[in-house]
Amino acid sequence: MFHLIIFSVFGLVCVAGAVNLLVQRHPINSALSLVVVMGSLAVEYLLLGAEFVAAVQVIVYAGAIMVLFVFVIMLLNAGEEERTQGSRVALLLGIPGMLVGSILIAWVVLYHSGTGAVAIGALPGPPKTLGWLLFHDFLLPFEVTSILVLIAIMGAVVLAARPEKREG
Amino acid sequence: MVPLSYYLILGGILFACGVTGFLIKRNIITIFMSIELMLNGVNLSFVAFAAQWHALQGQVFVFFVMVVAAAEAAVGLAIIISVFRTRETLNVDQVNLLKL
Repeated sequence: MFHLIIFSVFGLVCVAGAVNLLVQRHPINSALSLVVVMGSLAVEYLLLGAEFVAAVQVIVYAGAIMVLFVFVIMLLNAGEEERTQGSRVALLLGIPGMLVGSILIAWVVLYHSGTGAVAIGALPGPPKTLGWLLFHDFLLPFEVTSILVLIAIMGAVVLAARPEKREG
Repeated sequence: MVPLSYYLILGGILFACGVTGFLIKRNIITIFMSIELMLNGVNLSFVAFAAQWHALQGQVFVFFVMVVAAAEAAVGLAIIISVFRTRETLNVDQVNLLKL
């Protein structure tokens, strides 16, 4: 019961933040509601027992990535977005299609997925075990990831640098 | 005890919100944030399925998704800065020419 209450409260906060991201028109408000979504998702991870994932979620996502977003929004002095007229076909076909699709998926997941119930802290993911997995079973993907991050850093520096003025 | 399907549906709702934001938003930074929302929804289902199958590999995969998200955010925001420098706008409707 306690599990269900905590899950529902933070799930509702999570969905409310996601909907607020869509409704808000100023990007800084959207960024702050995304922080709310990520914080409550960290609690959901904790409920499933993934303590290290929850910590990394707060540090990397809610900390580093969102700071980058807020920094860019302030750097570019982004104002309120202008609304433009969407296509009518998207309204007429997209919304009923989306409703039918989501009800179908929810029905399958709820009644026919064959998944059981999880207890609170079902699968503990302590840093020691995760680190062992990461540096033994997943060593090659880990190293490839480090190269990816290096390339991303170089790409970001090259793209965001001011274009040099050519001489002559 | 909470049915695992509730976690999956929460992840699905987040993903759907991300897709909707990606389609209806006009600010390029907000579109980018919708992509992060989609990645978060997928991460939640990874962790939920890891608990279902008692396999920690699912949690390790979340780290890889986070690294990709971080790399994508860094490069994407650099591209946004570069686009803003040349176009003076963040509205994706006005960024419709490949050439300057």
